[in-house]
Amino acid sequence: MIPNPNIPEVSIPSVIQNIPLQHYLILSTLLFVIGIIGVLTRRNAIIIFMSVELMLNAANLLLIAFSSYRSDPSGQVFVFFIMAVAAAEVAVGLAIIVMIYRNTRNTDIGFLNKLKW
Amino acid sequence: MNSTVSFFYFLSFLTILSAVMVVVSRNPIHSVLYLILAFFTLSGHYILLNAQFLAAVNIIVYAGAIMVLFLFVIMFLNMKQDNEEAKTNIAKIAATIVGGTVFVILFGAYRKSAIPAFNPENFDSQVGMIENLGHILFREYLLPFELASILLLVAMVGAVMLGKREIGERHF
Repeated sequence: MIPNPNIPEVSIPSVIQNIPLQHYLILSTLLFVIGIIGVLTRRNAIIIFMSVELMLNAANLLLIAFSSYRSDPSGQVFVFFIMAVAAAEVAVGLAIIVMIYRNTRNTDIGFLNKLKW
Repeated sequence: MNSTVSFFYFLSFLTILSAVMVVVSRNPIHSVLYLILAFFTLSGHYILLNAQFLAAVNIIVYAGAIMVLFLFVIMFLNMKQDNEEAKTNIAKIAATIVGGTVFVILFGAYRKSAIPAFNPENFDSQVGMIENLGHILFREYLLPFELASILLLVAMVGAVMLGKREIGERHF
């Protein structure tokens, strides 16, 4: 950590003072569970993909919360990398969905049942 | 209860609500719009946690780039009307039970584990600022940073390869 003389020492944010870390844990777990339920219940490939994005963001929120509470910047750098990987994943995944649509005229995953076996 | 705390609970409520709406709404475009709302509320959480840089990056990368890609694909595939045949109720109930079980297991684990609170002595509120993160990113995480650029290049090549029209008759 490089101390910066130009920036005055700001006091501890009030969220960190008043909200226990457990609340962030529960919030991101709820987001993750909603993502799981979305993946399991929906049949449209794009909605499944959006649920996966929700799960990724739950992990991001948890990493940022821990990194802020422990004042350890490595967690936030990790979130930065997760965002880069998510961007790559979305580009490739949406290309795959467009290809599926070109072949089946549909994005319903029920049409891809050969992948089950 | 001061204003920041109530704002936190309001933002959390909004986040959970929009996440639920992403999953339950029938129209895919509505799902994308609710997902954008969820990303904005998550950025609000990041600002509350004093991670300004990641809040800005979240809005630019997620709400700006990724969601535009989703909207573009949904409009490109013309999925306005929802012709998705619903899964059976048994599958939905089973999925909800699985999700609820995961939540209960994790919640029980949190109750058992001792999560340390913040330490006021060595607390640094400047952790989430771009200057600090830049120092860490380009000193300790330089190799992963370069590898991320290769990953993005590979993803770009892969997307172009997948999106290209192939030779053959099974194409529309």
